[in-house]
Amino acid sequence: MSEKQIITPSIAEAPEGISGQGYFATSLDKAVGLARKNSLWPLPFATSCCGIEFMATMASTYDLARFGSERLSFSPRQSDLLMVMGTVAKKMGPVLREVYIQMAEPKWVIAVGACASSGGIFDTYSVLQGIDRIIPVDVYVPGCPPRPEQIINGILKIQDLVGNESLRRRNSEMYSDLLGKYNIE
Amino acid sequence: MYPINPDRDQLVVDKLRDRFGDAILLHETLVDMLCITVRKEPICEILNFLRTEQELQYNFLTTLCGMHYPQNDQLGVVYHLQSFTNNHRIRIKTVLELADPKIQTITSIWPAANWMEREAYDFFGIQFEGHPNLKRILNVDEMTAFPLRKDFPLEDQTREDKDDSMFGR
Repeated sequence: MSEKQIITPSIAEAPEGISGQGYFATSLDKAVGLARKNSLWPLPFATSCCGIEFMATMASTYDLARFGSERLSFSPRQSDLLMVMGTVAKKMGPVLREVYIQMAEPKWVIAVGACASSGGIFDTYSVLQGIDRIIPVDVYVPGCPPRPEQIINGILKIQDLVGNESLRRRNSEMYSDLLGKYNIE
Repeated sequence: MYPINPDRDQLVVDKLRDRFGDAILLHETLVDMLCITVRKEPICEILNFLRTEQELQYNFLTTLCGMHYPQNDQLGVVYHLQSFTNNHRIRIKTVLELADPKIQTITSIWPAANWMEREAYDFFGIQFEGHPNLKRILNVDEMTAFPLRKDFPLEDQTREDKDDSMFGR
């Protein structure tokens, strides 16, 4: 057998807490964060070549299932993570916004690739100059298109956000102000 | 490349000149095919004649598109026709004034022109009179400009991060 081994954690690490014989205590935030971050249901919104890279990310070589995201949801109502991959035309903008509004809280958004992040090379009348003009974005993945490693890195960054998010964040004024900026709700 | 057939080109020009006279402004054979510039008023009659005339039979409208000549303040419409029976193609051009970009629709001759005329309207603002449903087809409905006119800026005007001093212009 080769000495090279790909090590993937099969069990998520326990969060900080107090443990003794027969018990373990931690805050609810951390326990919920742990559960959420290791079972994200992504909704792929793939419009061009970045979507092809995402297919490679999901397939066996890169295998996103290692990070608990193998269950893609094609219904916005049952997904946690909106993955926008590819060029979004201005005419597509209202559709993307509708998809985002239909997702249940808590929800996160990742912009994969130059086009979704900033419009990319398509600085022209028909292309939305970055999806953050219509919906809030948590993580941007640069690249044209990014490699699967970069997409996985983006998902890991999302997992960090999810795991460390306060349970109160979605009820805070700051959050409703953020959505208010995009005229959502 | 499509073979040029000078005999047939001449036949088309002769028949058009014979029938429409002054309405045929110019004809030239460019690298690919015969190109005839005509007055815009009788465009329906000319195209219908080309389609139905026994020896011509240009029964297929390959494409239709708009043009903009900014130096002359003119717009234009180009029709590409093909005759399946005679294996021959021609191009018909018309010129419209930018101030009054109106031309007859040809949807009654080829229903397929419906979406092509909508596209030419969407991008150049050419008004096709008599068109059954002349509205934007590709761009967002809220758009007010005609983006393929040469005076329309190429880059998206909503970008704030493109500083001219950084891009050397």
